[in-house]
Amino acid sequence: MKILVLLSQVPDTTARIAFTNNNTQYDAAGVTFIVNPYDEWYALVRALELKEAAGSGSVTTITVGGADTEATIRKGLAIGADEAVRVDAQPTDALGVAQQIAAYARDKGFNLVLAGKETIDHNGGVVGAMVAELLDLPYVPLASKLDLAGDTATVERDVPGGVEVLEVKLPLVLGAAKGMAEQRIPNMRGIMAARTKPLNVVPAAPVDEVARTVKFELPPAKGAVKMIPADEAGKLIELLHTEAKVI
Amino acid sequence: MSTIVFIDTRGEKLPKAAQEAVSYASQLAGGPVTAVTFGDAQGLEALGANGAGKVIVARGVKAVDGQQLTKLVCDVAAREGATTIVCVHDNTGKAVAPRVAARLKAGLVAGATGLPDASTGSAGQLFRRNVFSGKARAWVEVTSPVKVLSVMPNSIPITRGEGTAAVEEYSGDIGPARITVKELRKAGSGIPLPEAELVVSAGRGMKGPEHWASVEELARELGAATACSRPVADMHWRPHHEHVGQTGVAIRPNLYIAIGISGAIQHLAGVNQSKVICVINKDPEAPFFKAADYGIVGDAFEVLPKLIEAAKKLNAER
Ligand SMILES: Cc1cc2nc3c(=O)[nH]c(=O)nc-3n(C[C@H](O)[C@H](O)[C@H](O)COP(=O)(O)OP(=O)(O)OC[C@H]3O[C@@H](n4cnc5c(N)ncnc54)[C@H](O)[C@@H]3O)c2cc1C
Ligand SMILES: Nc1ncnc2c1ncn2[C@@H]1O[C@H](COP(=O)(O)O)[C@@H](O)[C@H]1O
Repeated sequence: MKILVLLSQVPDTTARIAFTNNNTQYDAAGVTFIVNPYDEWYALVRALELKEAAGSGSVTTITVGGADTEATIRKGLAIGADEAVRVDAQPTDALGVAQQIAAYARDKGFNLVLAGKETIDHNGGVVGAMVAELLDLPYVPLASKLDLAGDTATVERDVPGGVEVLEVKLPLVLGAAKGMAEQRIPNMRGIMAARTKPLNVVPAAPVDEVARTVKFELPPAKGAVKMIPADEAGKLIELLHTEAKVI
Repeated sequence: MSTIVFIDTRGEKLPKAAQEAVSYASQLAGGPVTAVTFGDAQGLEALGANGAGKVIVARGVKAVDGQQLTKLVCDVAAREGATTIVCVHDNTGKAVAPRVAARLKAGLVAGATGLPDASTGSAGQLFRRNVFSGKARAWVEVTSPVKVLSVMPNSIPITRGEGTAAVEEYSGDIGPARITVKELRKAGSGIPLPEAELVVSAGRGMKGPEHWASVEELARELGAATACSRPVADMHWRPHHEHVGQTGVAIRPNLYIAIGISGAIQHLAGVNQSKVICVINKDPEAPFFKAADYGIVGDAFEVLPKLIEAAKKLNAER
């Protein structure tokens, strides 16, 4: 079982969001970067569990980004990935990221490719599906459970009104969401081992540039909150009806 | 230059998101558009009122296999010479829009929150989308000849005009499904969270699962769905699908009532796009109040009965 996990680097969930260069760039000054939570907690951990259950196989992580992502990539190795790949590129859009990943993965014979549901900075939720299309593989978004029996995967995903249980033959690409696994905290041995595990840097492949973010802005500030005394709490319902007109 | 719009028309009547996407596409195109859908929905002519000139429907096809649906969309796009392809940023659209973009080497705006900015002039059309979990917005320019837009539900009002659409059955070959549905397990009878316009949510301040009856009662009186914070789901006080936030479901209802939730940044990330936010917390310093439109500083166990009573009264008067 050869598993590829798409691992992206994102600002810490509590990082201050600000922009520089005339609001064209995220201001990374003083920001701590982490592994995107969906990639780490769900995709990577489930990949490790499947490998452990099979008793053989390998888990490779792949990250498209500059050398500044290597500390984050080591975290994936510390949690338990066998090796990591960094594609040395900084694409302007999701298709560029997907094309880099597909170019690397195409002839490697991965049985399973796990992405996160979405990155918490771009919030696209699209790279996994694009990789699947480029590799001509099925893709299931928002998967909350994954089990394997031979080359058949049983996948659950949340749909409006319930949970859909799907069956797909490997190879397959998945977008991992909550439920797929429980977060693992790397231990000292893992952190030590990560230092000597391979982190292969591969050069960028040619990609298409089809979209770019022109500028960022912060949302308009919220108006002042209207406080209602607790002993007149019922008034809230009245205001929601007559003033806010939402009920 | 033509625009097509891909929609999921499952369900009894035409879903709101489908009508919205057709409205969006026809406003963008400045005229009637071709809608593409699948399955056995009836009454598709009615999409004419939202701006569809024609609806092409692939009968017998199910929603699960994004690869089949991508072939369907790309085939119709080729026949129609489409340069703009609009999808919905929902479960189905998320498996199709990025695939279509990758297949056509087209730029994708994932989760556009409105029509493009008219004031951009020569720079081309700029589409707005939320980034950093709603803590910022980005303006995206598509530079490829074909563009794909997936529109965030609840972004623009549905337009309703005259007219009915011509309905055509799709007859091309989109290959077999590689993904099959084994089972659909219905989750409760309530309103599914991502579609709910009103949401009542509660956190660790409720102390334990045994106190949720009043949260549910308020939700029932308002016709709202219920949600919760992450620790509440992690402690199994509530089912996991109710967990909202950065690592749970992201929602944007018209009303979000948060009871006994502190308003951690990761929680806010999933709910900050709600139109009206009400916060009930006994701690006046709770960070959630900064994101709120209405606030009550008080004990949930005293406030909830008053809210339920007022909601009952309102229902009796309506
Ligand atoms: C990477 C990461 C991702 C995360 N993702 C999410 C996510 O998706 N969703 C999420 O919710 N959290 C998420 N969290 C956790 C988040 O940081 C908070 O810990 C969590 O939201 C707190 O939940 P809470 O508000 O219910 O509990 P608490 O923080 O314990 O707050 C309880 C609140 O209830 C109030 N209260 C207590 N008693 C009463 C009473 N009787 N009446 C009224 N008010 C009362 C208190 O004043 C307090 O404000 C994430 C954390 C991390 C690190
Ligand atoms: N630069 C990247 N390198 C590796 N994987 C990525 C990268 N960007 C996104 N991904 C993967 O694709 C998923 C969806 O990302 P996005 O489409 O940006 O929301 C993420 O959860 C990652 O698993």
